[in-house]
Amino acid sequence: MDGMGIIRGLGVTFKHFIDTFLDDLVWLGKRYYTKEGLAHRMSGDNRGIFTIQYPEEKQPVPEEFRFVPFLVYDEGSNGERHVRCTSCGICAEVCPPQCIWIVRAIDHKTGREIPEPKEFYIDVDICMNCGFCAEYCPFDSIMMDHDYELSVYDRHSKNIYNKERLLKPVSYYSKIRPTNYASEIAAHAEAESIKSAMQI
Amino acid sequence: MSDQSLNSLTESSYEKNLIARFPGFVTPDHRDGYEGILVLPEKLVEVAKVLKDEMGYDFLSSVTAVDYLPDKKMEVVYHTYKSIGGPILVFKTQVSRTDPKVPSLVPVYPGAELQEREAWDLMGIQFDGHPDLRRILTWEGFNGHPLRKDWCEPYYEQETKPFRSRWPAAQSHRKEEQTPFGQNVNYPRDFDPDSYEPDNDAMLYASLRNSITKESGSDLVSDTLIVNLGPQHPSTHGVFRVAVALEGETVVGLKPVMGYLHRNHEKIGERNTYLMNMPFTDRLDYFSSMSNNFGYALAVEKLLGIKPPERSEYLRIIMAEFTRICNHLLAIGFFLNDLGAYFTPVLYAIEEREFILDIFEAVAGSRMMCNYFRFGGVSRDLPEGILEKIRKLVYERLPRKIDELDLFLTNNEIIRSRTESVGVLTPEQAIAFSESGPVLRASGVPYDIRRADPYGIYERFDFDVAVRYHGDSYDRYLIRIDEMRQSIRILQQAVRDLPAGPVLEAKPPYQVMMPVGESYGRVESPKGELGYYLVSNGSPNPWRYHIRAPSFINLTAFESMCIGQKVADLVIILGSIDIVLGEVDR
Repeated sequence: MDGMGIIRGLGVTFKHFIDTFLDDLVWLGKRYYTKEGLAHRMSGDNRGIFTIQYPEEKQPVPEEFRFVPFLVYDEGSNGERHVRCTSCGICAEVCPPQCIWIVRAIDHKTGREIPEPKEFYIDVDICMNCGFCAEYCPFDSIMMDHDYELSVYDRHSKNIYNKERLLKPVSYYSKIRPTNYASEIAAHAEAESIKSAMQI
Repeated sequence: MSDQSLNSLTESSYEKNLIARFPGFVTPDHRDGYEGILVLPEKLVEVAKVLKDEMGYDFLSSVTAVDYLPDKKMEVVYHTYKSIGGPILVFKTQVSRTDPKVPSLVPVYPGAELQEREAWDLMGIQFDGHPDLRRILTWEGFNGHPLRKDWCEPYYEQETKPFRSRWPAAQSHRKEEQTPFGQNVNYPRDFDPDSYEPDNDAMLYASLRNSITKESGSDLVSDTLIVNLGPQHPSTHGVFRVAVALEGETVVGLKPVMGYLHRNHEKIGERNTYLMNMPFTDRLDYFSSMSNNFGYALAVEKLLGIKPPERSEYLRIIMAEFTRICNHLLAIGFFLNDLGAYFTPVLYAIEEREFILDIFEAVAGSRMMCNYFRFGGVSRDLPEGILEKIRKLVYERLPRKIDELDLFLTNNEIIRSRTESVGVLTPEQAIAFSESGPVLRASGVPYDIRRADPYGIYERFDFDVAVRYHGDSYDRYLIRIDEMRQSIRILQQAVRDLPAGPVLEAKPPYQVMMPVGESYGRVESPKGELGYYLVSNGSPNPWRYHIRAPSFINLTAFESMCIGQKVADLVIILGSIDIVLGEVDR
């Protein structure tokens, strides 16, 4: 019969319409703003609307998610900060839009360079979020952050991040990237054991 | 050690035949790492005719221009294939840099039209005999030819990256604050803004008027109306403009105008190192970023002569096929949007795409700009629990949802009556215009690079090449549903056979040492044949980096598909070709 195609298509749309509100009814209104509801909406088993009500609820980002980089510092016993970066410049060399600017620190007394960055700038406006700086850093000192809510009103003064803005503690890094942190600890432990085995 | 140099020693029998037939005019290319034959410009058209008519190389895949500044020469490189499948035949012609004139191959291969315009625009090579040699990617008053080696962009800092200013002595200010007038523009020396009069697209409209096919013998005197569709238009799939000559509602002439998204990706590519180019390739066809990465990784691995390990080959195939499904879902959705089914089918398709993008995010770190492939493998392995999600999608959700889309849309009478016999492209036209991908296969030519010239490990998978025979917009819609089903087949086999092992043999350094030579790596991207032509001179940066963009070249047939149709059909035909402006304009 002419028009059967349209009617069958409308049947699909009608099924979607019913499914949309059926899930909400089954969950008795607890489908939004709760953790279980969010997990259900993000899985593939849902049949209803799967909109996530941002900004009240935020989709948890996976561990590998990469946004703007940040520098890592180890916390010493007195609360002092050991910045891991040695200003080797590999991240600046490998960055595709060349948004990383580093000035090496110079010892005042001897005039020689010390492996620490005096200044470290990242131009967040042109950062491509590619992750190469984190991937090729030999000292695990620059990592990709998860925070994406970085809008400002004036990009010229606020979107070049200096060293202070970029430094974040190791505890933050282990919280947002637990698996990467665990593998880093494991790699260090293995290197240590190989070193001590060679010394024996 | 790449096997390119071996190729230059053992020319194929076709090349030997040509060398014997045109002695002195055709010579093999003996440069180290190069392949193919060199043809003198005087005999270029004749050699091309022989190749096409007698030897069967009827599919001109890519026309590229290279600027060899130290040798004071410019070279035009042509890549041809047979439409029945098989390896490549490359032929090149060289002209001097000061007065580059090459005979145009448009009379032999009509698909060279847009590409020769691009070579004129970006390199300055004049093509004698081209029907309409105008600038294509830059505006008509642009001064200079951007891809020449002696042309510097307004924010020019240094010839190649990495820039010395970034480390160890940092300049903590932006280049744009240093340029005079603060604008990304270089004015020529003799430019006087008071006396400059823009020509308001006079050349475009003149060529449009010349191309109008008027039917004679009609006693109704009617005016031809010239209308601009775009660049701000909801249905042009991006910033794309079409200048249409209309008689009433019927299209009598059409000229596509592109370049509104031109970012000079190829020049940026020459400034980058090889590794830095990888995230830039994501931004070409931004809906299917894994395919772009794949093509570039293939081209570089061909030059380097390395092969990735087994697990990463399977992961590459999984990601490439997921990308194909992503893209086709969006293509069908927006095709229906153009038809007027305002947003319901798109959102059903986008819902499925969201789950695939969640997988990309968990694996590669980003939904769209994946940057996942590396030279010699992929960047990281699958995290915990992702393989289960992939299995659930591939075995349960996606086949069901594709069947639902099929049931929902395919037999709809409105869709059928609006898209059947609209924008017909015959197989001979499709091959002549260098169409590729779903557009070519919907016209009856079963050419799929995954079967004709396999790359990766596609030989191990059991799948069919989707073909449809009418060549109209309805077939271009149906073939995308067919291809999605075949992608599911490949995915199920890949997920079943995924081996354990490393994904990247010994993390490579960030500065790749490239041998001298050229390579052309191509993949069957969801839009068509995506090819990367790389020329290396041994330095860490490419000498020439060209992208054979399928959306750009598929637009060559746009004009002939639309003549005689109504304006409303024009939007449908554009939607069925499925272009992405990031790729068209680069």
